[in-house]
Amino acid sequence: MKIHEYQAKDLLRRCGAPVPQGRVTERPGEARNIAADLGGRTVVKAQIHAGGRGKGGGVKVTGSPEEAESRADDILGMQLVTPQTGPAGQLVRKVLVEEVFDIAQELYLGMTLDRDTGKPVIMASRAGGMDIEEVAAKDPNAILRVGVDPLLGVLPFQTRAVAAGLGLEGKTARQMASLVEALARVYLETDASLVEINPAIVTAGGDVYALDAKMTFDDNALFRHEELRKLRDLAEENPLEVEAGKHGLNYIKLEGSIGCMVNGAGLAMATMDIIQLYGGSPANFLDVGGSASQEAVTAAFQILISDKSVKAVLINIFGGIARTDRIARGVVAAIEELGNVKVPVVVRLEGTNVEEGRRILQEAEFDFVVAEHMASAAEKVVAAAKGAA
Amino acid sequence: MAILVGKETRLLVQGITGKEGLFHAQQCRDYGTKVVGGVTPGKGGQAVDGFPVFGSVAAARQETGANTSIIFVPPPFAADAIMEAADAGIELVVCITEGIPVLDMIRVKAFLRDHPATRLVGPNCPGVITPGAAKVGIMPGHIHKAGSVGVVSRSGTLTYEAVWQLSNAGLGQSSCVGIGGDPVQGTNFVDVMALFRDDPATEAVILIGEIGGNAEEDAAAWVKSHFDRPVIGFIAGATAPPGRRMGHAGAIVSGGKGTAADKQHALREAGVHVVDSPADMGAKVAEVLGKGKGASAGPRKGASRRA
Repeated sequence: MKIHEYQAKDLLRRCGAPVPQGRVTERPGEARNIAADLGGRTVVKAQIHAGGRGKGGGVKVTGSPEEAESRADDILGMQLVTPQTGPAGQLVRKVLVEEVFDIAQELYLGMTLDRDTGKPVIMASRAGGMDIEEVAAKDPNAILRVGVDPLLGVLPFQTRAVAAGLGLEGKTARQMASLVEALARVYLETDASLVEINPAIVTAGGDVYALDAKMTFDDNALFRHEELRKLRDLAEENPLEVEAGKHGLNYIKLEGSIGCMVNGAGLAMATMDIIQLYGGSPANFLDVGGSASQEAVTAAFQILISDKSVKAVLINIFGGIARTDRIARGVVAAIEELGNVKVPVVVRLEGTNVEEGRRILQEAEFDFVVAEHMASAAEKVVAAAKGAA
Repeated sequence: MAILVGKETRLLVQGITGKEGLFHAQQCRDYGTKVVGGVTPGKGGQAVDGFPVFGSVAAARQETGANTSIIFVPPPFAADAIMEAADAGIELVVCITEGIPVLDMIRVKAFLRDHPATRLVGPNCPGVITPGAAKVGIMPGHIHKAGSVGVVSRSGTLTYEAVWQLSNAGLGQSSCVGIGGDPVQGTNFVDVMALFRDDPATEAVILIGEIGGNAEEDAAAWVKSHFDRPVIGFIAGATAPPGRRMGHAGAIVSGGKGTAADKQHALREAGVHVVDSPADMGAKVAEVLGKGKGASAGPRKGASRRA
């Protein structure tokens, strides 16, 4: 689960991190009031879940409360296109109005899981404001990495090492060390999977602030964070993905034309891959779960065909413990229940009781294309999608 | 011979009074595994379908001599179940549970460092099977066939697909190990490959990876210098968009790392026979070993390049 910048900054502030003063709003008039309260120059920042907002015109520095209002008016309601949103962009519903600093230095701070060591790691770099992935690609040595023991938390010598590694001294180094401590605290206390402060700045006066903040949480741990669950903003998520989540389905919308329904994440990825190998492109990733119950299949089908870019559907189910004849009945029942399914549906069933399963599909009223192998299924569905296009 | 599980396995089912736990306890028993009992805290002294239930793993181990456990405990309590099993001296712990928080698993790993006699497989995995001897997992037993091909994989149903292709090609399996789809795991590819190396009954191995992390690259480096039998590989997720988790918590390309292309390249460099099509896994093994019915995996389309 992702949250907005202003929410991430609230969490950081509560863990003792210095963040700029400011408030969030949905109304330009209120932006003016916030700017007046802050006094002087302010920055108006679009609040969407994607990064790169400045590049798309979603971040504006203003000189007066009047200008803050007019900038907020420009930004609110715009379809903000950034390198991370895709070409359609994301509707801006909220802006954060904050105080502005004279920046002497922009730095990067982040914390995530290091899969190689199986421990969280703090990352720091002098190349603040830049995409850390680009920095890592160009010069991996430019990133300082400090492993954190989850049982002990970050240790004082480690926070000092990060500040020193960033070349900071005196009060600036002490403030940076406490920001690093806050970063680690928020990461461990919220079961985060990623926290980024990019940039963390040093002001002309030598003070340290978290100028931007991004957080992603471990979905599997949300059960024990009632407060965090309230921060979820469904408007920022794909509606089909939200709907799928309600049915316990794992669905990810993609750009292609072939809808896929598969049981198991690995087989679902492999099915997308084989579609591409045969010249098609998958419209989605969809894992109906290992058992592929009739309810799951019906909900999945509904979601698949409500995606208008889907020209053909491939159902690839490996029946293990769940017998394929039962799954075939589920698929047939789902199609009958939905009615009016117009796209061609290729079904590849394999596993337990497969002959019976295939017989059920062939005898059904709906005209399934039955395939015996993954390869022939891919070939058939690609042909069907091209024929329908 | 085989690896991890066999006739000597004495299996305990943690979470046996739950629906999943009981169903799979029965399935494992039906396959021929010695299921010696189950554990559910607070329900010690009861019995379900002939399985004695104990209140703790320690009590169960003392009474039954269990050496292996399989965990069906819900995610909030699963980490505790793993650590309880390790503390009781269980040698092999297979955790099926999906959805354990990453920080819990990090703590489990730290705990296990003090319990070196315990090996954890999983979590979020289908388990381990030695065909004809013992099944400690949720895989459909009947698609397997005893033989000499080892299978190791991060996926469930994709592994069944590979096993099905092998069995249909007339190629049996020595053991099949699902290491699971989470980013923090008990046993990785290298661990399993090392076990296969020490198993004379394993003639070749299918390694099924997916996007995310570095485990396949590590396996490639290890295979290159330590493993001289044929390895056949497939990596799922070549078409997955970066930055999105593809079902498995660990299946994500982030920061340009963990792509299918990188993994395929690393494996090919190490001499692994990587197939581009998941439909070609079984046929490729047949081709490389020069036995089995190579044509039975269906039509093929220039998909089995060799580095």
